[in-house]
Amino acid sequence: MRRLAAIAACACALAFAAEAPQKIIAAKSTIRFVTKQMNVPVEGAFRKFDATVAFDPARPEATKAQFDVDLGSIDLGNTEGETEAKGKAWLNVPAFPQAKFVASSVKQVAPGRYEASGALTIKGTTQTIAAPFTLAESGGIRTVEGQFTMKRLAFRIGEGTWSDTDTVADEIVVKFRFALPSNR
Amino acid sequence: MTSGYTRTAITFHWILAALIIANIAFGLYTVDLPLSPQKLRYFSWHKWTGVTIFLLAAARLLWRLGHPAPALPSAMRPWEKRAAHAVHALLYALFFAAPLTGWLFSSAAGFQTVYLGLVPIPDLLSKNEDLAEVLKIAHHWINYALAGVIVLHAAAALKHHFVDRDDVLARMLPLARRTGA
Repeated sequence: MRRLAAIAACACALAFAAEAPQKIIAAKSTIRFVTKQMNVPVEGAFRKFDATVAFDPARPEATKAQFDVDLGSIDLGNTEGETEAKGKAWLNVPAFPQAKFVASSVKQVAPGRYEASGALTIKGTTQTIAAPFTLAESGGIRTVEGQFTMKRLAFRIGEGTWSDTDTVADEIVVKFRFALPSNR
Repeated sequence: MTSGYTRTAITFHWILAALIIANIAFGLYTVDLPLSPQKLRYFSWHKWTGVTIFLLAAARLLWRLGHPAPALPSAMRPWEKRAAHAVHALLYALFFAAPLTGWLFSSAAGFQTVYLGLVPIPDLLSKNEDLAEVLKIAHHWINYALAGVIVLHAAAALKHHFVDRDDVLARMLPLARRTGA
C-alpha cells in the first residue's frame, strides 16, 4: 500500500513536471511586428523579452504563461523611428516600460494547433486577445509559433496626429516564436 | 536632319525639367520636417515622383535613340560641342542615378517603395541601417550634383541666347515661334 502511494506520488510528480514553469530560450525566440505605413508593410521587432511558460501539449487547458516585453528594446532599423516610437505619442516607454501578456486559456483547435487567449497590457490599457499558434518539437526544443492582429488605437499607440490611420494603419500584426526546452 | 526639336522632344524636356526641379526642392523640404504623418505622406509622394522621373527618363532615352537631337550650331568650337554633349550625357546619367539611389536607400531603410501606393517595387537590398546611411549620403550628393549640372545646362542655354544669339535655347522653348527648318 505504501509502495502504491509512492508510485502514485512519483506519477503525479512526473505529470506535474511536464508543466513545470520554464523560461524561454531567448536566443531562439523572436517577437516581430508589421505595421502598414502608406500601405507599405514595415517590419520591426523587440530585442528583449522574457516569458515563463508552463505548457503541456496533453493538457493545454492547464497552461500558465506570462510574457513580458521590454518596449525600450524596439528595433525599427532606424534611430529616428525608434526614438519616436518610445515617445509619449506612441509607446511612452518612460511611463510604461513593459508590455505584458498573460495567457488565461489555451485550447487545442487541431493536431499541433492551439489558440491562446488572455490579457494583453500595453501603455496601461488591457485588452483580451486570442493568438493562434502551432507547436513543433525537434532536437529537445519545443517551438511555439504564431501571430495575431491587434489594433494600435485600442491601446492609444500613436496619439494625436498619429491617430490618422491613412498614414499608419490601425492594424498591427504581431508574429511570435518562442523556443522552450522540451521535457522529453 | 532638321534644325529643330520635335514636339515630343520638347514635351519630354519640360515635363522632366519640372518634375526633377520640383522633386529636388520637395525632397529638401521634406527631409527637414519633424517625423509626422505628413512627413511619411510627403516622402511617399517624393518617391512616387522619383519613380515617374525614372520611367519618363527611360522612355525619353529610348525614344531619343530613334530620334537624334538636332545638330549644335556650326559656329560652336569643337570643345564647346564636346562640353555640351558631356553635360547632356551627365544629365541622363543623373536622371537614373538619382531615383535609383533613392529606391535603394528606401529599401535599406526597411521601407519598400510602392508606386502610387499600388505597385510594389521589389527591394534589391534588405534592411541594413549602415548601408542605408551610406545610400542616403549618396542620394543627397547625386541630387546636389544633378542640381548643379541643371544650373550649368540652363546657364549655357542663356549664354547661347543672349551672348551667342543663336537658336539653341529658342528651339527648345514650347511656345517659341519656329524659324527656319
